[in-house]
Amino acid sequence: MSELMRCGLHAIGSRLRAGELSVADVVADSRRALHKAQPLNAVITEADETAIDAQAHIAQQAITEGRGGPLTGLPLIHKDIFSTRGLRTTCASRMLADYVPPFDATVVSRLAQAGMVTLGKANMDEFAMGSSNENSFFGPVRNPWDQQRVPGGSSGGSAALVAFGAVPVATGSDTGGSIRQPAALCGVTGIKPTYGRASRHGMIAFASSLDQAGVFGRYAADCALVLSAMCGHDPLDSTSDASGPVDYTAELEKPLTGLRVGIIPHWLENTETGIATAVEATREALEALGAQSLPVDLPNADLAVAAYYVLAPAEASSNLARFDGVRYGHRCAAPADLDDLYRRSRSEGFGEEVKRRILVGTWALSSGYYDAYYRRAQKVRRLIAGDFDRVFGQVDVLLAPVTPEVAFKLGEKADPVSLYQSDVFTIPASLAGLPGLSMPAGFSQGLPVGAQLIGPHFSEARLLNVAHQFQQHSDFHLRTPEAFT
Amino acid sequence: MSSVSLQDSQGREPSASPWEAVIGLEIHVQLNTDSKLFSGSATAYGAEPNSQVSWLDAALPGTLPVVNEKAIRYAVRFGLAVGAEISRETVFARKNYFYPDLPKGYQISQLDHPIVVGGAITIFPGESGEKVIRLTRAHLEEDAGKSIHDLYPRHSTIDLNRAGTPLIEVVSEPDMRSAAEAVAYMRQVYTLVTHLGICDGNLQEGSFRCDANVSVRPAGSQTLGTRTELKNINSFRFVERAIRHEIRRQIRLLESGGQVTQETRLYDAEKDETRPMRSKEEANDYRYFPDPDLLPVRINDALIDKERQQLPELPQAKVNRYIHDWQLKPADARLIAGDKACSGVFEACVSAMQKPDPVLAGKWLLGEVSALLNRDALDWAALPVSPQRLAGLLDALAGDTISHKIGKDVLVKLWQSPQDTAADIIDREGLGQMSDSAALEALVDEVLKANEQQVADFRNGNDKLFNFFVGQVMKATRGTANPVQLKTLLQNKLNSSS
Repeated sequence: MSELMRCGLHAIGSRLRAGELSVADVVADSRRALHKAQPLNAVITEADETAIDAQAHIAQQAITEGRGGPLTGLPLIHKDIFSTRGLRTTCASRMLADYVPPFDATVVSRLAQAGMVTLGKANMDEFAMGSSNENSFFGPVRNPWDQQRVPGGSSGGSAALVAFGAVPVATGSDTGGSIRQPAALCGVTGIKPTYGRASRHGMIAFASSLDQAGVFGRYAADCALVLSAMCGHDPLDSTSDASGPVDYTAELEKPLTGLRVGIIPHWLENTETGIATAVEATREALEALGAQSLPVDLPNADLAVAAYYVLAPAEASSNLARFDGVRYGHRCAAPADLDDLYRRSRSEGFGEEVKRRILVGTWALSSGYYDAYYRRAQKVRRLIAGDFDRVFGQVDVLLAPVTPEVAFKLGEKADPVSLYQSDVFTIPASLAGLPGLSMPAGFSQGLPVGAQLIGPHFSEARLLNVAHQFQQHSDFHLRTPEAFT
Repeated sequence: MSSVSLQDSQGREPSASPWEAVIGLEIHVQLNTDSKLFSGSATAYGAEPNSQVSWLDAALPGTLPVVNEKAIRYAVRFGLAVGAEISRETVFARKNYFYPDLPKGYQISQLDHPIVVGGAITIFPGESGEKVIRLTRAHLEEDAGKSIHDLYPRHSTIDLNRAGTPLIEVVSEPDMRSAAEAVAYMRQVYTLVTHLGICDGNLQEGSFRCDANVSVRPAGSQTLGTRTELKNINSFRFVERAIRHEIRRQIRLLESGGQVTQETRLYDAEKDETRPMRSKEEANDYRYFPDPDLLPVRINDALIDKERQQLPELPQAKVNRYIHDWQLKPADARLIAGDKACSGVFEACVSAMQKPDPVLAGKWLLGEVSALLNRDALDWAALPVSPQRLAGLLDALAGDTISHKIGKDVLVKLWQSPQDTAADIIDREGLGQMSDSAALEALVDEVLKANEQQVADFRNGNDKLFNFFVGQVMKATRGTANPVQLKTLLQNKLNSSS
């Protein structure tokens, strides 16, 4: 790890702008740390050195000329789901193992515009399908706290690299918990904004109605900085919200006096003791900062996982139809005819979990099953959204566990359905399109525990404010995996 | 097979037929927007293959559709013109199937909540009939690319220029009962969309394509027979032939004790037959679901009002105006109003005439001008003579400056020389009718004097010789004599005993 990277964006940025450090120093430091992190297998593709140098040079010039912003010259890693112009973008799939996009995702171009320097692409579950980062064509990512354990998924590489201290921040995407769950398992902060807040343009689609870009950082304040630069309306994404960019750092210092925090007792009963204890302690800490808490209930949330595993695969089965071996991506050798081209290209190009979800989704949309599955799941989705609406009439934020258990061992959850249950506490907010944040809240069995904050639509600033205030009075986010100190 | 002779010369089924055909059409109208339905790529026809393909059109990962507002407006315009209901919230859905010219693996179309619901089109089959064909719906969708199978022996090639081009699919109720009605309906829809300016109407380029659902049943029966679908017929003539052929085939099948199979059939124009394409049983399960990349499109009153205000005069209103205000014959009125360019020329001619005479203008446009267009295989949009120059010719005809026969010659000259006006030609070539009665009288006298024998014969009762004298005078005047004046003069001279 790198001491410098652990300092976070605010600290490194101030030193850059004060002229104490050059962008080249910072980038070199981060790249050294990335190489030390190699055993984690968290990077799929490193950016080309000349490309990095060019970005660093432009950033340095801006700083020297006094045009440097809060993100200028700061390094980051993008989850390999974001298209990066001229830089291989695989989505951790054999299907796209050689795919080099001709354009940048909006998230990528906005952060580049803000002066950030892209160092590479982070490993992930193939097409963002998974909760352990074991479903990658490029091999599993290891948890920096215990290399025998998973970092969570699907944004496992991003979370592991921030936890390790290789980069101050990394982008991720969250469909059913793919930012919040690995953030919890790796002991970093991760936020998924409201659906529609960050553009999906250039982010390779898994389940379009749920996919949302977000960010990992050690500090909530760093997440606020990055989120401010990457969010806001994008005319290239019809589902992006019409509102413009928001400065999410503006409310970080707001006191928590009078904050109403909802606790879902039912969820705490269904987590391992260490996690329930950490969430309880977080509640007490927030109360000590002036918040008040009350129990609330989301009666339909228990149906969320089942509904999600109909809707997300249904959308995925259609979104992934374009990978057909015709125009780009993996193509089987010597196809006999069109059917053979389709069948073998897709059979060879996709991994097991992706195929499983395509099959499930295809079935759920099939004539005769649509009403029983897809339509019904949509109904459940509306019911869950209704539950949240009611709850947010009573409280400002929900405080909840992120996962039912801490990081598990590689290969431990061979049964896909048991793995699906890892997202039981993150999926409800995803279905309702709500923002969710995971912050380090303690340790259990020597492994990080996350606490989840969920707020009403467009309450990102509030969630970041709560997390920032909590981090002013706790040090869980500052701890570093022992093996790497 | 005399028992299945289905249509008389007017295209009507003889009432004695024990069978009734039931036909519904799905017409794909390509909208002439500048860019595609969900991307900014151009839609021009005939460009270099794959030169009008954006990242979205090629379905690169991460690309997202953004709906073209103009296509929404065009669909609304169509809906208003057919008196349909415009959905205030319309939903795009994905129709999933694999084909190489469908890059995303799904077509963005509409299933529930199409943009246009209901409506009707009035057709005029035969000379006098009038029939209302109900529309089920019209929905927006994107076109696929083109697969080319005959360029290389072992490969197919794909051109994605057309992929994503906006269409509206206009679905009729099964209200048509003959091939002639189906064609009349198709023509009426064609006339409407070209008048509305939402489709360029180019049949050769596939801007207007038709699928027909055809079934037959015993006359008087209320239940529908098993239908077949005839795919992608893109000319009026072929639609009529394909449907007529299919009706005949189904009747023959039923009369010989067989059954119609529900299937898609292709019409082979060369062999004049339909043959099965693929059976419906094997057809794709399209797994429609609302496209999560596109929110439901809200269509507000302001947009609808604006389109309503901008709605041009509809073809039917034009027909009525031509008949009632301008005294055209209904058949002529429909012919002129049926072609947007023709009605444009017609109205421009009438208004450019010194003394507007719509009946004369209509007669000339549908007669001599049409004949020349046919001779040169041109359509009205390519008319080489401007309406203003045509109006000059019509003025000369209306004022009796020239005869109909001379008018035809002047028209041919107008056709050839783009600068001259009709007056220029008439003056230069001395084609104006001799209205100077003294000069004409002198000529008549000359002709009678030179043909004394014939004059004597005429006076002895050979009436037929009258036309001989007319011809002689016309010859002497190179056709410029006013025929009415000439006849009067001749009659006076010949009948007087001097």
